[in-house]
Parts: sequence; C-alpha cells; structure tokens
Amino acid sequence: MPSNKLFQFKAKVIANKRVGKNYFHCIFSAHSLRQAVRPGQFVEIKVSAGPEPLLRRPFSIHRMKGANVEILYELVGKGTELLSQKGAGEYLDVIGPLGNGFTLPLTPYPLSLLVAGGMGVAPLVYLAEILKRSKILVLIGAQSKSGIICEKEFKDLGCSVKIATDDGSCGFRGKVTELLSNILVTMDCRPATIYACGPRPMLKAVAEIAQKENIPAQISLEEHMACGIGACLGCAVNTRAGYKRVCKDGPVFGAEEIIW
Amino acid sequence: MANLNISIGKLKLKNPVMVASGTFGYAEEFSDFIDLKKLGAIVTKTITLRPRQGNAAPRTCETPAGLLNSIGLENPGVDKFIKDKLPVLKEYHVPIIVSIASERDPEEFVELTHRLDRIKEVAAIELNISCPNIREKKGKRLISQDALATHGLVKAVRKITNKTLITKLTPNVTDITEIALAAESAGSDGLALINTLAGMIIDIEKRRPKIAMASGGLSGPAIRPVAVRMVWEVHQKVKIPLIGMGGVSDTRSALEFFLAGATAVAVGTANFINPKTSVEIIAGIGKYLCKTNLKDIKALQNSLKING
Repeated sequence: MPSNKLFQFKAKVIANKRVGKNYFHCIFSAHSLRQAVRPGQFVEIKVSAGPEPLLRRPFSIHRMKGANVEILYELVGKGTELLSQKGAGEYLDVIGPLGNGFTLPLTPYPLSLLVAGGMGVAPLVYLAEILKRSKILVLIGAQSKSGIICEKEFKDLGCSVKIATDDGSCGFRGKVTELLSNILVTMDCRPATIYACGPRPMLKAVAEIAQKENIPAQISLEEHMACGIGACLGCAVNTRAGYKRVCKDGPVFGAEEIIW
Repeated sequence: MANLNISIGKLKLKNPVMVASGTFGYAEEFSDFIDLKKLGAIVTKTITLRPRQGNAAPRTCETPAGLLNSIGLENPGVDKFIKDKLPVLKEYHVPIIVSIASERDPEEFVELTHRLDRIKEVAAIELNISCPNIREKKGKRLISQDALATHGLVKAVRKITNKTLITKLTPNVTDITEIALAAESAGSDGLALINTLAGMIIDIEKRRPKIAMASGGLSGPAIRPVAVRMVWEVHQKVKIPLIGMGGVSDTRSALEFFLAGATAVAVGTANFINPKTSVEIIAGIGKYLCKTNLKDIKALQNSLKING
C-alpha cells in the first residue's frame, strides 16, 4: 500500500447545493489534501459538534479542483441531513485522505469501463478525470431517471455514457449489470479493467460477470464505519485472505478477493 | 505547571491519560494525528494466545450518543504481536500496557503473562476478563461476573509476574464492588472500569439485530454516567488505583472521573471521532488545575462534595 499521510482539519464550506431529488453536492476547501488524493479515497466528516450523531460519516472524494474537495451525497439519515444544512462559510471537521483508492494503470489503457449504481458515481467522476487519456465507457444505473446523476460530468470529461433504469424511464430497462453483460458480448474492444462502485448486490454481480469474462475488476465497497482509520476493526469484509478493513485495506478491492 | 504524575503499582506515568484497549489499534494508526509521546500510556488491543479472525460483519452500529460493537477480539495472536507490533510500539517511548484475554481456558492468561513477563518493553499487563464478544463464551458467565473466579484468575497471574497488573471489570454485574474487592485482594495493582455495557439494537424493517452477533458492547458518552457511578462506588471500597473509562470524550468528562475517585482515565470511543481527544484532555486537565489553583491531579481524587 502506498504511504498515505492523514490530516485532520477544519474545512470551509464553499458551496453545498441540492443537485437532484435527494442528492447534494458539497465543495469545501482542503489545502492539506492538495496533491495527496487518489481516486477512490474518501474523507470522514463530523457533521455535528456534539455527540449526536456520534460518529463521523464517510464520503468518497468526488472531485478535486486545486485545493477544493467536492463530495456528492444522498440524504439517507440524520448525518447527511445535518450536513445538507451547512451553508457556505461554515466549517466542517474533516479527516482524510482515507483508504487505498483505485489502482491506476502505469500507461493508459485503450479502454476502461466504469460501472456505477446510484450514488456509486461519486468516486468514479474523479477516477474518470485521472483516466481521461484513455477511452472510457461509463454505465450508470438507478431505479429510475431521477436517480441518475453525473451523466453530464462524465460526458464533459469525454466519456461515453450509457444509462440503465429498473423502470425503463431512461436508457436500458433493467439492471446496470444486465447492461454490462450485454455490452461485453457485443463490444469489439474489450476493456482492460472494470471499475465499479454501488450497492453490494450490484458489485457482486459485477464481480461474477468480470470473472466469467476474464476481465480484471476493481470494486469500491461502502460500509458503516466507526473510525475510518483502521483502528476499530469494525468495517470488516470477508476476503479470501480473511477479514479485511474496508476503511484501511479498502475501500477498493479486487473483485476476486471478496467472499460475497 | 501542576503535577500530573501518577502511579499504578510499580508503573509510573507522566500523566493520567491513557488510550483504552481496542480503540487505538496498535497506535500506528494515530501517529499522523498526535504526538504519541505525550500519552500517559497506551493500552493495546487485546491479545490472545492464538490469532483470532474476529466476528462476522456487521460488527458495529451507532446508537444514541453511543457505539455498539462486537468485534470479537480480532488480533494476530501473541507471537505475531511480540514480533511485529511491539517493536513499533516501543519506538513511541510511552509505557505500553498489554491487554490480554483467554478464549476457552482461563489458564491462557497464565501462559500469556508468562510470555510477556520476560519482555522489558511491556510496562504492565491488563487482564481483560470482561469482553462480552467472544463467541466461545456466549451465554457463559464472564470471569469478571464472578468474584471467586476473578480472585482465582488474578491470583494465578499474580503468582508468576512482578509486572503491574490491571484488572478490567465489566459493568454487567449486580455489584461491581464485590468483583473489585476480589481483584484487589488477589493482588491486582489497579482496576480498569468499565468495559462495555451489554446492549442490542434492532432494525425494525428487517426484523434483525443490527450487528451480526445480535448483542454487543455499548460504549461512548451514552454510558458515561454509569461508568462515573461505578468508579465512585468502587473508590469507596478499594485502595488500589482506578482507571476510569466509559464515554471520556473531553476534558470535562475526564474530570468527572477524577472527582469520582479515579487515578487515571482512558479515552476509548472518542479516539474514533476525534483522534486528538487524548492529548487535548492532557492539556485541558493542566489548564483546569491551574485555574483552580491545584498543584496536583491527585488533589481532585477526594474532593467530591456529597450531601452539601
């Protein structure tokens, strides 16, 4: 694992806006993270000053622009609700950059395939930015059209984007992993690597498809965490090498490592 | 500058703030955030004779002002600990208190102590006879839920080591002072209290417990009043030093424990939220003593006013 110095700092909120039905986009200043962040890494934010909620909340790094970090999040509970109420000029208590991040190619791949389920787009936009010298195909899945975000961001980075929705309200009707299977059958050029982030059942399906097609896949797991720095051993995931910590040994794993 | 030195048995600490077992990894995880040299002592994650994988996931769940966990003492085992972890730990130049536990047979405490007794970097041994999360012991009584068993265990370990022994007690008992007295009379040099409170949290949609082992141990600010009360009760009955823990998350909460009679405190769950908590408390205690014109942390110990 590469050396990775951690920082704890007060980050000034620059913007924090609703970008979809239940999605928010937050930009904060983070001078100490400049140049230190790999795609797939995350930060932990304390959203309240007191003991409620007690723990920090983990958020993938969505983009880096100079010394500004961007995160994308969905309102799912008390923590994200409090975060959504932070306005420009307020401060967040942030720890990062955490986790291992995606393994990047030494020379650009001819083609990379990114697969996102819902909020799983969050770390993949930053990844696409770093990979952009290669051709990138992005598959985004959600239950319906309102759950699809970041299509424009990927396109602006020069990626091809295909959408899958369970209800067929946008793009392919069905699971993004069915779309993935279909595409791999018809594709002329095979992707060098599949990068995926999303709900666990989706990642499991991606792992199975990647294994069947014999394509290496890197998946980013999401897990509740207590510490985020590898100390509490709470976010355990069962792998072929025993339990590993999602926060420190991950969140990115080789798809073949995980015992689902 | 007020005097923050304290001692527990032969162990002398430059200040009374430690980090609690299981909440600080093997310290390296915190080296980017704080100057580890400033800590009073580091208590390691509990070590067992054999390596342990730990329990199935999910292992933790947030609760109101608390954290429920069932990690299951995941650790590399004593051999690997001595070979890989201890050499790193000793570089921090802080007293290292090694927490140990048995899995099946209490005799394992004796074996573990025997192994650690020879190592000079081990400043003290903490007997974790109160972990609620060992699968092999589910449904059985913990050693620290039985005064006789506690006495027997501490005595057996005491017989084979001159190192400082700290016994960690469970709050899941009717009368913690009975257990405390048993450990003291068997030769424990200090008591660590409290371990986690047994708890459970249920997902009503899935109709399932939120952690895989169903129940676990509750920690954090939610349990602090229970911990302070237990320190206070035990302080009135025993003479050996007490290390208070359970929701120590800032200077004010640490001071509550000293006023209840603790000689030292340990920061636990708060390390997960603010990794600088322990060093902030060390500075905060100094300021408080200065502000209140006290020259020594020990002056707080018997200064609690009860009934007027």
